[in-house]
Amino acid sequence: MSKDDFRPSTVRSRSGWDVLGYLFLAVLAVLCVLPFYMMFVNATHENAVINSSFQVLPGKYLARNYRNMASMISVGRGLMNSALISVTATLGAVYISGITAYGFAMYKFRLNGLLFWVLLATMMLPAQLGIVGVFQLMNSLKLLDSYLSLILPAMVNASAVFFIRQYIEAYFPESLMESGRIDGCGDFMIYHRIALPIISPALATQAIFLFVGTWNNFINPLVLMFSQSKFPMPLLVQQMSGTFNRDMGVIYLGISISVLPILVAFAFLSRWILGGLTVGAVKG
Amino acid sequence: MHKRRISPANKGYFFIAPYFVLFLVFCLYPILYTLRMSFMSWDGLSDPVFVGLRNYQRLLGDHVFRIAIFNTVKISLVAIVFQMACGIGLAFLLNQPHIRLRGQLKAIYYFPNLVTAVSLGILFSLLFDWQGGSVNRLLMALKLIGAPVNWKLNAGFMQNVISFILWLQYFGYYVIIFTAGIKGIENDVLEAAQIDGANRFQQLVRVVLPLLKPIVIYASIVAIIGGMQIFDLNYAIGTAMGDPNYGTMSMVLYMYTTSFVNYNYGYGAAISYGLFLLIVLFSVIYLRMTVKKEAR
Repeated sequence: MSKDDFRPSTVRSRSGWDVLGYLFLAVLAVLCVLPFYMMFVNATHENAVINSSFQVLPGKYLARNYRNMASMISVGRGLMNSALISVTATLGAVYISGITAYGFAMYKFRLNGLLFWVLLATMMLPAQLGIVGVFQLMNSLKLLDSYLSLILPAMVNASAVFFIRQYIEAYFPESLMESGRIDGCGDFMIYHRIALPIISPALATQAIFLFVGTWNNFINPLVLMFSQSKFPMPLLVQQMSGTFNRDMGVIYLGISISVLPILVAFAFLSRWILGGLTVGAVKG
Repeated sequence: MHKRRISPANKGYFFIAPYFVLFLVFCLYPILYTLRMSFMSWDGLSDPVFVGLRNYQRLLGDHVFRIAIFNTVKISLVAIVFQMACGIGLAFLLNQPHIRLRGQLKAIYYFPNLVTAVSLGILFSLLFDWQGGSVNRLLMALKLIGAPVNWKLNAGFMQNVISFILWLQYFGYYVIIFTAGIKGIENDVLEAAQIDGANRFQQLVRVVLPLLKPIVIYASIVAIIGGMQIFDLNYAIGTAMGDPNYGTMSMVLYMYTTSFVNYNYGYGAAISYGLFLLIVLFSVIYLRMTVKKEAR
C-alpha cells in the first residue's frame, strides 16, 4: 500500500487504486455496449458472412436484410401496435394513479389506512399469479386477441400510486385545497385545475416507467394475442426468430429495430429517467 | 328522494374508486379464479372437474418442478450476488469526485435495463449460436478454439448466460440506487474516516457498507421476489420446453408451458400458487437472516 492512500481523495492522485478503478469501469462499459454493437454490425451482414467469420465493422447488406424481413413481417405494424398499447395504457394508468394517490393523500376517510395497506400488499404479489384467470376473464369478456386485453390490466399499478402519494404529501399543501373550496370549486375541479399541474412532475416520472413496463411486457401478449397483425414488438421479435430460422442477419436486424427506439428515447431523456429512479429512494 | 350530503372526507372514495374497480376485475378476480382452478382438472374444452388437492399432491412429487425451482434459484442468485456487488462497488467508485465521465458511465450501465428482455434473450441466443454465433467466430478467429462449440447443449453454461444477461440488465439500476444512498451518507463521516487514516477500501467496508445496509436489504428482497419470476429470457433462450433438457426451465416458464402449451389449466394454476408460496417462504427466510444479523 502506498502513501497515496492516506491522502484525502479531494487531492487528485494517480494511485494504483485509480488505475484499477478506471479499468474496472471501462471493462463494464464495454460489456454493456458490445452486445448491442455486435447486434447492429451483424444486422448489416449477409447470413453466409455471419456464419463463416467474425465481423467487426458494418457491411452493406442492411437494405437487403430489411427487404427480406419486410416480405414476411411488418415491423412498422409491430412498432405501431406497441406504441398504441403502451401510450393508451400509460395515459390511463397515470390518470388513475394520480387521482387514487390524491384521494389517499388528501381525504381521511375511514377505510383510508386499510385500503392503502391492501394496495401496498398487492405490490408483493407475483405478477404472473393470476395469469390463468386473466386468460379466462378475457375469454369470457370476448377480449382475447384485442389491444384492450393488454391495456386494461396495465392501468392498475400500485407502485405508481405509492410514489405519487409520497410526492403529493411532500409538495401539495392542504391549504391550496381549502382555498379552492373557498373559491367555490368542486373537489374534482380542485384536483384537475390546482393539484394536477403541481403534481405533474411525479406523474411524468411514473409515466416513463409505466410506459417502459408495458412496452417490454412479454408474457401477457404471449398468452392473450393470436393474430400476428396485432402483435406488439417483443412478441413479433420472438416470432421472427422462428420464422427466419437460419437467416441470422434478418433476425439481428429485427432485434435492432426493437432496440433502436429505446436507444433514441434514452439518448434524449436519460437525465430525466436516471433522476426519476432515485426520487423514491432518497425520500424512502 | 332526499339527497344526503356526503361528508368531505368520504369524497375520497370517489377518487380511489376507479382504481379499486379495475383492481377487483383485472387483478383480484383472476387471482381467486386461478386459486379455484388449482383444485380442478381442466383442458379448456370439456367441463372442469373438481379434483381436490390432487394437483398439489402431484406438484410435490413433480421432478420437473423441482428442476425448475433449482434452476430459478441458481440463475437468480448468481445474478443477484453480482448485481449487488457491482452496484455497491461502482456506486462507491462513482462517488469519488475525481473520477471522470461519471454521468455518462451511469447512463451506459443503466441502458440495458430499458431494453426488452426478449430482445436481449434472442440476441444472446444468436451470439452463442453453434455455427454462426459471433462468440464462436471470435474465439476461432483468435485461434482459441479449433471448431465451433455447441454451447446450447450445455445446460449449466446456458444458465450462466441467463444469469449474465440478468446481471447486465440490473446492475446499472443498483448503481443508481446505491449512488443516491451513498450521497445520503454525511460527507463528514467519510472525511472523519479519512483523517483517521482509513484507506478507500476500509472506507468502503467499514463506513459505506454498514450505512448502506438497509437500502441493500430492501433492494435484494425486491430482487429475490423478481428473480423467482424469471420467464422472458428463459423462453427466448430455451423455448417453452426449457432446452436443453429442462436446463433453462424456470418456475413461471413451467407454469406457462403447462397451462398454455399443454392446456392443463388446473395443474398450471397449482404451479402458480406453488410459486407464490415459495416466494413468500424465500422472502421470510431472507428477512429472518438479515434482521437477526441486524440485531446483533
